[in-house]
Amino acid sequence: MRPLIARRGPVPLPPRDPAPSIWSYRFQRLWLTPLFRRLMRVGLPAFAVVLVIGWYFSDPAHWRGVTDQMAEMRREIENRPEFRVNLMNVRGASPQLAQEVRQTLALDLPLSSFDLDLDQLRETVEELPAVARAELRILSGGYLAVEVEERVPVLIWQTRAAPVLLDADGQFVAPLAHRQLPGPLPQVAGEGADAAVPEALALLEAAAPLGDRLRGLVRMGERRWDVVLRDGRRILLPSDDPIAALDRVLALDEAQDLLGRDVIRVDMRNPARPNVQLSPAALAELRRMRGLDQGDGNG
Amino acid sequence: MSMLYHSQRAMRAKRQEAMRRGVIAVLDIGSHKIACLVLRFDSSDEFRPSDGVGAMAGQSSFRVVGAATTRSRGVKFGEIDTMQETERAIRTALQGAQKMAAARVDHVIVSFAGARPRSYGLTGEVSLQTGTVGDCDVAQVLAACDVPDFGEGREVLHAQPVNFALDHRTGLNDPRGQVGNRLSTDMHLLTIDAHAIEHLLYCVKRCDLELAGVASSPYVAGISSLVEDEQELGAACIDMGGGATGLSIFIKKHMIFADTVRMGGDHVTADISQALQIPLNDAERLKTRFGGVVATGMDDREMIELEGDTGDWHHDRRAVSRAELIGVIRPRVEEILEEVRARLDAAGFEHLPSQRIVLTGGASQLPGLDGLASKILGNQVRLGRPLRVQGLPQSACGPAFAASVGLSLFAAYPQDEWWDFEMPADRYPARSLKRAVKWFRDNW
Repeated sequence: MRPLIARRGPVPLPPRDPAPSIWSYRFQRLWLTPLFRRLMRVGLPAFAVVLVIGWYFSDPAHWRGVTDQMAEMRREIENRPEFRVNLMNVRGASPQLAQEVRQTLALDLPLSSFDLDLDQLRETVEELPAVARAELRILSGGYLAVEVEERVPVLIWQTRAAPVLLDADGQFVAPLAHRQLPGPLPQVAGEGADAAVPEALALLEAAAPLGDRLRGLVRMGERRWDVVLRDGRRILLPSDDPIAALDRVLALDEAQDLLGRDVIRVDMRNPARPNVQLSPAALAELRRMRGLDQGDGNG
Repeated sequence: MSMLYHSQRAMRAKRQEAMRRGVIAVLDIGSHKIACLVLRFDSSDEFRPSDGVGAMAGQSSFRVVGAATTRSRGVKFGEIDTMQETERAIRTALQGAQKMAAARVDHVIVSFAGARPRSYGLTGEVSLQTGTVGDCDVAQVLAACDVPDFGEGREVLHAQPVNFALDHRTGLNDPRGQVGNRLSTDMHLLTIDAHAIEHLLYCVKRCDLELAGVASSPYVAGISSLVEDEQELGAACIDMGGGATGLSIFIKKHMIFADTVRMGGDHVTADISQALQIPLNDAERLKTRFGGVVATGMDDREMIELEGDTGDWHHDRRAVSRAELIGVIRPRVEEILEEVRARLDAAGFEHLPSQRIVLTGGASQLPGLDGLASKILGNQVRLGRPLRVQGLPQSACGPAFAASVGLSLFAAYPQDEWWDFEMPADRYPARSLKRAVKWFRDNW
């Protein structure tokens, strides 16, 4: 029953209809749809962010500004003292080589460690002939540690220009004139000797009984070795199995004192038929002795 | 019949789809309130009926995740009267339940009380061809039931096979696989006014929902408030709603009769309003707060202020004793119960082995109602509350929600109905490919 009393003040609104309107009902159902919900909560914000970023960077000036700012920030970080390299320390190299390494790297210290390309520096150092292997490391406290493994010279190679040093792999180490050697090194000569250094070393080891009679080895025709003794006599070795041939010569020497006799060359190039070249005097003497024999025979 | 068969089958398919999705809503359209529950089904099959274990009425396989209720508008006598208003009320309830469940619901199962339900008992008989009862024989015997002429403008709401008899053995629940010569069945058919279904379809469609089933509210109230023994031995459930009082009779776990008395709690309210000349809202409040059916000497002394706002000083400051209020309420309640008694007598309820009567529904909360009912209906009367289901809010546990809870049980584990069986081959239209396939499958 409607009240008949006139009320003062604002007339209270009739009670609101609790039923949702058809559109709010539909919207709520749509909102409860999982796919739509995910689209709205993830897809739409993501799309909006991408759109805004894309719109912002569609102007190249904005892009440049942002990249410049990024580069500036990067440089600031790189130039912090924590990343600075102040000193370079070369280890494992002779003072001469260390000097050479420093000159090659030519680093203008202090530098930021971000500017050092360690791999490239390592390759640069390893390109030095006297360096076998190098390792570069940035240590705390701003040290650049360069650990160098030097090539060890084992042979002196007499070339046409100047004698040079070779290591066990046949690699060039340095000209002989630039190095102070701790002790005497065996010598080799001849074209292509550096390509057969391991064989030369094996021969030299085998020739150890010759002692200081040995002058050196000569590579002949890039194929085989001659052993040159100090008085100019030669032992000609075959290209195949030279060590066995040398061993035979040494055995002959030990048994019959071959090298103590007056021979100029011992030719082992054909292992089945060793030849000996006598000195002219010895040859004459041999002939005389043979002549005596003949004379005796003739009567 | 064929149209209905197909539309009911389509609703069953939608129910299956909703089960797969896991969410379904049940909607009880009452004259006083519209209640909506959103059920979430687990996909596990661990509660299927097996040897010696019943279906547990299906109540353990789902959980109520959303519940909302709203005052009903546009519903009278349990049937839809004003469609726009009803649609808005359905939207309100459904939106609230969806919001609570935080899930979108697309399928809904609806129950309502009105639309003049009428029960028919059908019998059908076929002779078995193979000697063993198979699925197709069950379908055939169901199709062989002679359908009574229930008149123009009526639709079948439930068609449940209640009993199977094989030769001289009767009382079979599931005759499949048994050997015999003649198979006969008793089927319970419930018809309602066709326009009620059409209105319901219109409202549900306007809410962007799909109808996955329709049930009669007395039936589902019986499912939820009768305990298993009562369903087995025979009992009547009286669902006293706002605009209609439904009654359903169960025996052997099947409903065999349902009817509606077109009176309910709202009529009591209207009586109070008329007798005491107060607004309906006040009358409703008086009924729920001070109502009763048995007056005592104490009630004569308990005065109730009738506050009004009409401006008439004398009218606005009246007071009635509680006994007077009871004097208004009681005749209408008696009338309802006597009408129920008449319907029960017409259904032959007194011939049942057990005559238990369970009162449920919102109007059954009137104090002293069970005493009054036992005078009118017989002495085996009790007040029933619906079964407890998982997740149901405390506010929705009362007898007013018997139909809602029963409807969720119905959604979880519906009883086999006629349309759950394959249609026999000779009922298909001639020259249909389906008919050929079906015949082939049945015979090989």
